Order: sequence, then C-alpha cells, then structure tokens
Amino acid sequence: MNLDNAEKLSLQKIACKVRMGVITGTHSAKSGHPGGSLSIADILTYLYFKEMNIDPKDPKKADRDRFVLSKGHAAPALYSVLAQRGYFDVSELETLRHIGARLQGHPDMKHIPGVDMSSGSLGQGISAACGMALSSKHFNSGFRVYTMVGDGESEEGQVWEAAMFAAAKKLDNLVCFLDYNGLQIDGTVEEVNNPAPFDEKFRAFGWNVITINGHDFDEIEKALQSARETKDRPTAIIANTVKGKGVSYMENQVSWHGAAPNDEQAETALEELRAELSALEGKE
Amino acid sequence: MADVVKMATREAYGKALVEAGKQNPDFVVLDADLAAATKTGTFKKEFPNRFYDCGIAEGNMMSIAAGIAATGKRVFASTFAMFAAGRAFEQVRNSIGYPHLPVIIGATHAGISVGEDGATHQCCEDIALMRTIPGMTIINPADATEAKAAVFAALELDGPCYIRFGRLALPVIFGEDYHFEVGKGVSLKDGSDVTVISTGLMVHEALKAQELLEKEGISLRVINIHTVKPLDREIVIKAAKETGAIVTAEEHSIIGGLGSAVAEVTSEECPVPVVRVGVMDTFGKSGPANDLLDLFHLRAPDIADAAKRAMKAKK
Repeated sequence: MNLDNAEKLSLQKIACKVRMGVITGTHSAKSGHPGGSLSIADILTYLYFKEMNIDPKDPKKADRDRFVLSKGHAAPALYSVLAQRGYFDVSELETLRHIGARLQGHPDMKHIPGVDMSSGSLGQGISAACGMALSSKHFNSGFRVYTMVGDGESEEGQVWEAAMFAAAKKLDNLVCFLDYNGLQIDGTVEEVNNPAPFDEKFRAFGWNVITINGHDFDEIEKALQSARETKDRPTAIIANTVKGKGVSYMENQVSWHGAAPNDEQAETALEELRAELSALEGKE
Repeated sequence: MADVVKMATREAYGKALVEAGKQNPDFVVLDADLAAATKTGTFKKEFPNRFYDCGIAEGNMMSIAAGIAATGKRVFASTFAMFAAGRAFEQVRNSIGYPHLPVIIGATHAGISVGEDGATHQCCEDIALMRTIPGMTIINPADATEAKAAVFAALELDGPCYIRFGRLALPVIFGEDYHFEVGKGVSLKDGSDVTVISTGLMVHEALKAQELLEKEGISLRVINIHTVKPLDREIVIKAAKETGAIVTAEEHSIIGGLGSAVAEVTSEECPVPVVRVGVMDTFGKSGPANDLLDLFHLRAPDIADAAKRAMKAKK
C-alpha cells in the first residue's frame, strides 16, 4: 500500500504545522531543543496521524498503541504533534517550560494527555518501551509500541541492554526509530564517540533493520509495514534525518541542539514554514 | 519450649510471591540473573510463564518494570539491594519514581549480613538512597511474617515500593495474627526511660537489649519501624516526649537511614538525645554474617550501651 498524493500532502502539511509548534514552543520557553525536535517531526506526524491505534478523546485507552520518546529532550515535537492531533489546544504550546504549565521540559506522563511515558534521562525510554511491548504480549493486550532513540543517545549502554532484551524476548510488536541526524551537543556523533554503524549493531543484536530517509513519508510507511510483517524480531528503523529540518538557518547546525530562537529568529523560521505550508496548499 | 522457626526474609519473599501469584494473575516478576539467590526462583518454578529474566542489566530491568507498570499491570523487580538501589538508582528515580509507577522492587541481600561476599555486595546505603525519591515507600521487614505482609501490602499501593530483604535466616517473631499496616510503627515493648526505634534484623537485637536493660532496672521501649518511609512520625514524637531519649538501630549506614529519619523528626518536633546504632560510615567485610554483626557492633549489648548514653544525655 502506497500513500496517495492527497494523503502525503496532508501529512506534509501537518508536519509543517508540527514544526511551527516546535518554534513557537521553544521561542516562548526561551530554551529547549529545536534541532532534534525538527528532525523527528515527519516520523512523529506519520505515527500519530497514520500508524498508531489511538484516540485523543480517550488518551488512557487500555489497548492503545504506545509511543515513548526516549530522546525526551525532543519534547517540543511530541507536544506539538499531540496538540495537532487534538490531545490539547495548540495554543498551550506557548506555555512550554513555563512555571505552572503542564508542558514540562521533558515528557511527563502524569500530567500531559497523550504522553505514554515520562522520559528525558537518556537510554531509559527504549527500556520502558520494551516493558510495554512485553506487557502487551504477556497479557494479550494486542497493542504495538513505538520508541524514538537519538543517535547520540545510543552512546548510553542501556540502549544496547534494551536492544538485547527486546530481541531475546522476541518483541515483534516493538519498533525503535533511531534519529540519525549526526549531531550531538559536543559535535558530530562521529567525533564525540562514534556510535555508528547503527544498522550492523542492531542486526547483530537480532533485530529486523531498515534504513530510511526519515523525512520521506513513503519510506516511513514502507518500513512500518515491514515491521508489522516481521515475526519474532523487533524492528529498528534507522532514520537518516537533518537536524533542524525545515528551518534553513538551523539545518545541520549543532548550535541549534539546545538553543531557543529569539524573537527575530522565530519570526524568520515561522515565515519560512508558513511559506512552505502555502506552497503545499497550492498543490491541492 | 518449641523450637524457634528460622527463615530469611528473602525466603519468605519467594513464598509470598507464589501465594500472591495464585490470587492475582495480573503481575509478573523480573529478575537480573539472581533468581536462585533472591528467591524469585520459587515464583519462577510455580509460574514459569510469568517470570522474565532480564539478565545482568539492572538499570534496564528497572526501566522495563516501569514500562510494564505504565501499561496498568503490576510487576516485581528483584536483584540484590546493591544493584537495585545503587547501580540502578537513577532508573528507579526517573523511570519509576518520577512518574510514580507502582513497581515493587524486591531488593535482597541488604546490609552486612550478606556475609562472605564482602563489601562490594553489602549494601548499607539503600535506605538512604531510596528515601530521597519522592513518593517512594520503603519497607524493611523484621521477619518472615512481616516480609509476607509487605509483599501483599505493596500490591495494594498506587506508587512505587522498595522492600528490603535479608539473606540471613532469622527467628520468626510475629504470629499469623500480627497486624501490619504500611506507615505504622509497632510498639513491641512499653518502656519509660528510653526508646529503641529499630528496623529489620535489628528488631531482634532491640528485643534482646530490652531484656538486658530490664535486669539493670532500665525500662526500654521497643519500637519496630517496618516502614522507613513514610515514617510514622507520631510514634517517634510520642516516644521522644514520653521517654526523653532515643536509640535507633538498623543494619544500614548511620548516614541517611532510619537513624537520620528519626533525628530529622525529633529535631523538628521534640528535640531529645538520639544515639544511632548502625554501620559507622565504613564499608563491610567478608566473613560469616553473625561474626560480622559482632564486628560491626550491631548487637543487643551495643544497643544497651547506646541506650545508657542516650539516657545520660537527657537534660
């Protein structure tokens, strides 16, 4: 099944709005992590609008599919996609990281509708996702579990403890995206501690591994289809992405890992994204 | 007189898991390659399909447990106290504690009574570590009866619980009719001169200290604190007011454990002398458990001496 053009266009428009929310949120917070949020915007859009069995009106539904943002610092993207999906109002994104706000700096499952797991301390989210996938299988709950790990995050040994566990326990209801944008705080992932190659590592641990362009909805769809068809093995989707994707001055710039745009920068970013949205609307 | 039945609290833990498992199909048990020692192996034997070995990766196990609990199911995660509270501290804090997930951590081989394995495996700081996590319940059973009660009580909690079990076989001192309530201290002997507030294995020594002091005409109140957090503040304040001096007794570092918890309450509510009996800011050693309890001054005479010092310091 391939996406038809209308569907793809619709997803592209939503992803564009998700990116706008990332800019609005981090600008309003005067802090946060726009670069690694923008790199995963397309994958999150696909998961929340096409892939996952979820109901924004019933966010705690027992048999819903789960998503764990293991790279929890990309919370602005998660919040933005949840708002677009209708879990809460888009205007709430302006409260990101503010005193008294629900939208904490990193995902907080106790207070934010649609957040399935608190995360932020790197390496732990993928393990929690393993626990969820195990629970689904053990108790025959039938849901699937998705998680997003950062490339830098994979320097945490716990990622590989989880990778070993998931394969050993045959968690074929688990999909792990690896956001391979190539940059982490101290520089390129290659310079910092060279965690690559990811595909060979996951394969060696016994996973079904697919490498895609993380900004291409057709490739995202095909990979997820392969994951659903794979039995007895979890699936790792190595997503080649661009850090800061969609905002020209942020793309591939490590300095935008953990810095917020000021008023002027935010306006420039939003102008670019608005222009992109108009162009997409023009294609309809 | 009938022979005293002896059982390690870890042994009681394994049996309680089986009993609870028969009543409640909605939980699973995790271990990190120590099932034979933690006694989750007893559960594994009865319910092989409800037991998951996470291998030697304790941090991963704690986050996995959190994920299971996040789906609305119950889970026990077991390993030695050193690795549960020590190595996996940050996973317990962030994956379990922060989202307040009802994971039950069954931590065995706590304290120096681990014995021959020595300092690397003798965890005397787990209570201190776990106390710093908001919303964490900490239960340190004194005997097999309390250990079983703790397992069943923990299944009823809506947040995380750390239960501390020991390796050494101890006399079963509480009967089947023993009333156990999370967060409630138990007054085992009334007394008016000084109070010993004890927990876990040291409850046995506290009771012996009471007999020693009675012979000298000193009236020692003996309190058992099975739930170190949330601490029963009322029973502590009452003891401070009525006896004017307190000794704490725990098989744990004197830093951050029950002694600290008691001193925090008394210093705020009713300042009285508090003398702490525990492991004195030092690492453990190899040796038979009972010899170690002597060597580290965790015996009834040590409590009795401390009680006299506390009494002397009264104003």
